[in-house]
Amino acid sequence: MRATDALEGLPDALARKLGRRDDDSLPVTLRQGRIYVLPTGAGLAFALALMVMLVGAINYGLSLGYALVFLLFGLGVAGTVHAFRNLHGLRVVRASVEPVFAGETATLRVHLENPSNWRRPALRVRVGDTEAHATLDAGAADTLAVAIPTEQRGWHAIERITLYTTWPLGLARAWSVLRPAVSVLVYAAPERNAPPLPSGAGSPEGLRPQGTGDDDFAGLRSHRLTDSPRHVAWKAVAAGGPMLTKEFAGHAGAALELDWHALGACPHDEARAARLTAWVLAAEARAATYALTTPDGRLASACGRAHLSACLARLALARSRRGA
Amino acid sequence: MARNVRRVAPRAASLWLFATALVTVVPHMAYLPLWTSGACALLLAWHLARARSDGARTDRVHRLAMLLVALAVALAVRMDFGYFFGKAPGIAMLATLLCLKLLEGNSPRDVRAGVLLAFFLQLALFFDDQTLMAALFALGGALCAAATMLALEDPEPSPWRTLRSGATLMLQALPFLIVLFMLFPRLPGPLWGMPRDAWEGMTGLSEEMAPGSIAELGLSSEIALRADFSDALPPPSQRYWRGPVLSEFDGRVWRMARNARLAQPAYAPAGPAIDYVLTVEPHNKRWLLALDFPGAASDGEVAYGSEYTLLAERPLRTRAQLALQAYPETVVGLAESPAVLDAATRLPESGSPRTRALVAELAADTDDASQILDRVLAWFSTNALTYTLAPPLLEDDPVDEFLFDARSGFCEHFSSAFVFMMRAAGVPARVVTGYQGGTVNRVDGTLVVRQSDAHAWAELWLPGRGWVRVDPTALAAPSRIESGVSAALPAGETRPLMMREGVAAEALRALRDRWEALGNAWNRNVVGYDRQRQGDLLQELGVERPDWRTLAIALGAGLGLLMLALLAWALHQRRPGDDLDRLWRRFGARLARRGLARLPSEGPIDYAERVAQALPERAREVRVIARSYARLRYGPPSANAAALTRELAQRIREFSPQ
Repeated sequence: MRATDALEGLPDALARKLGRRDDDSLPVTLRQGRIYVLPTGAGLAFALALMVMLVGAINYGLSLGYALVFLLFGLGVAGTVHAFRNLHGLRVVRASVEPVFAGETATLRVHLENPSNWRRPALRVRVGDTEAHATLDAGAADTLAVAIPTEQRGWHAIERITLYTTWPLGLARAWSVLRPAVSVLVYAAPERNAPPLPSGAGSPEGLRPQGTGDDDFAGLRSHRLTDSPRHVAWKAVAAGGPMLTKEFAGHAGAALELDWHALGACPHDEARAARLTAWVLAAEARAATYALTTPDGRLASACGRAHLSACLARLALARSRRGA
Repeated sequence: MARNVRRVAPRAASLWLFATALVTVVPHMAYLPLWTSGACALLLAWHLARARSDGARTDRVHRLAMLLVALAVALAVRMDFGYFFGKAPGIAMLATLLCLKLLEGNSPRDVRAGVLLAFFLQLALFFDDQTLMAALFALGGALCAAATMLALEDPEPSPWRTLRSGATLMLQALPFLIVLFMLFPRLPGPLWGMPRDAWEGMTGLSEEMAPGSIAELGLSSEIALRADFSDALPPPSQRYWRGPVLSEFDGRVWRMARNARLAQPAYAPAGPAIDYVLTVEPHNKRWLLALDFPGAASDGEVAYGSEYTLLAERPLRTRAQLALQAYPETVVGLAESPAVLDAATRLPESGSPRTRALVAELAADTDDASQILDRVLAWFSTNALTYTLAPPLLEDDPVDEFLFDARSGFCEHFSSAFVFMMRAAGVPARVVTGYQGGTVNRVDGTLVVRQSDAHAWAELWLPGRGWVRVDPTALAAPSRIESGVSAALPAGETRPLMMREGVAAEALRALRDRWEALGNAWNRNVVGYDRQRQGDLLQELGVERPDWRTLAIALGAGLGLLMLALLAWALHQRRPGDDLDRLWRRFGARLARRGLARLPSEGPIDYAERVAQALPERAREVRVIARSYARLRYGPPSANAAALTRELAQRIREFSPQ
């Protein structure tokens, strides 16, 4: 599931609240209008040094001193134009980020393309406090991965991506700010040492019993080709008997019913989300089918990656109706 | 891939900084005290050793050690120079600091500080030396510094690519240099007081003459002045460049007397004029060393000494250039004041008894100055005195010892003894120092006068003739005047390298001529570019009165245009594969001139067929070109496409539909 796809369903009001007014629809080609250039600290120091040198040249009447200062001035100007050119015409094709669990580091992937016939060294992409860099040869494309730390579950908008470069001399910084309408969906962190996935009748909260327990041997039936080899009654085969499959109650077909509202013992939403996230993961690991009910509604019983993603997304965004 | 801001500079940047320091510090070593050069060399070597061992880690102990070294250097500088704030100690300090910075720093910040230090040192190089060589060193240093900054941003594995990027930047900076250099207003410096050693180390004549002082200059091949004659060169016997005139004598040392300064020459220039442009190297004194006798100058920048010297308004601290006329046949001093004549016959009360006795003998029966002169000159020529560059040390009574004991000396001994004798006979006489002769640079035809051409001669006052130049050295060594010092020296005497005979020395001289001609052009057009020349240039460009406002406008316009050009370059997007299009268009354009323009609907092959019909004699060529183009443009990609494109370009270049 790509965050950008999910974002389309987000209400405008929320988008406004997150401060993303003029979202850039990617791809974007960087042009004069959106590239800013200013001297860096090193550039200011350089300018100061040139002033002192100029005064020296005037004081001692050094013609070649003038010449050196002017050459270095030209170097600074040319460097500034080079920095600008390093960004100019660069294409930001797309930016995407995969969902992660809270506390993990999400990876924003920014795909850059250099359509020009010159090399663009030392391009930097900065999001928040972290950055990544790359060099694009003429006509090349590359994906930069910027790490984004996460804390809380839910949608987190990536408000601004700053693309900048201080190449060639580090005296000037050329930059461009993108608001690419990208958000990262942060799943709830699964509860640590969560209670085992409830099984059997009379099970605790959160689970509505459906049929019998999970691992209980329920009998033998004739083998079908689709059956897992783990469940073949090898003892019977070894004894020369026919291929039989052991049947377990609660396995394959017997759906788990995970319910937000049934977790009475969990005091608040975060604990519920953490517990259910852990259980959803456990159920998926066990290849069980499971249904999930959150305040937003019920996801019908199923299994597989898509179902897991849907469940985790629901849990990431779940809020109890009654408050919080 | 994400990471925090780098703390350690890339290795490539450190290596480039090392190269920068090397190119910047080494040319300074010729001027630095020996211990400073040694310390710099040691520090550079230490850095290299550390860089190789790859253990370039800066911990607290290391930093403390560096600080101690820096303090030790500061102390040594203070002790060596005796003062701290000045040009020479400043350079010594900066040079060692740069070398220390290499050792101390491997953060990007340290590297940047090192680069700025290197820039200062490159500027400081021009304090000692504004030659083409120094400029090339500074240019090389600046290129390395640019490479250092590039490597800091993009630690590119290939140093060539870094260097190429640096060179591209320098090439783009060059137009800025040219425009600013030509148009930036030249302020008359200095803006404030200069350190006390600002003008030290300039060679030249001094205001007094002791035995041996000019002979010392005779060993230096440094250039003192240059002269460009618009017509034929004056004969060697007229090439006397007048410097300080010495008329006070204490028995040992000749000194300058007080010399009035006049706005106009104290004589009426007469006779034919010699036009020339004089370029005097800075010597930190005011005399301009004009050829005898200068006419009235057009601008008010010069003054005339009462002893017929030409003087500058300020001591010459930069090269001076002026257009002058010399009137060698002018008669000067006909109405000389009695005070001056009296001073010109004064001698110490005692000393030189043998000489006095000789003069008394020579002038026993006459008061006629001309007759006395003839007798003294006759005595000089019959008494076989030897001209030498290595005169013996004359301790107590230089005049007596020279004339009667040593009997060999340099021009100062001859002139000193001669003037003494004339004065002893009651004829007003004085010593004139300056330069005599000079060699013609065979490349640009300039007359080059070196310190080794320094000379001293005599001037005596004869009634009805005024001050007359007499060169007693010429009696002992006539070739000194005609062919220079070297020819006048006795055969066995060791000469400076450039004065020697032989094929190798001749080749060396030719090489030096070429180099110095280049240096002359460089000095005139680059180093000597000042306010005056700026004004002249602007006037040539049509600016009537170049004031600061005109300059500012011109400067702004020039810089703006350059900036636009640079931006146009930055925004210009060349599509790959353009070369082929361009070639094909050029081919079409050639044919269009014959009325065979390509139709928009026509493919290359069809077009070639139509052209072949129209120009049957070119049919084969046209078909080959069209087929080759079609294959490159539409055919499968080929490994040797570049070679084929070049071949096609060659064919199209040679193709002519006429």
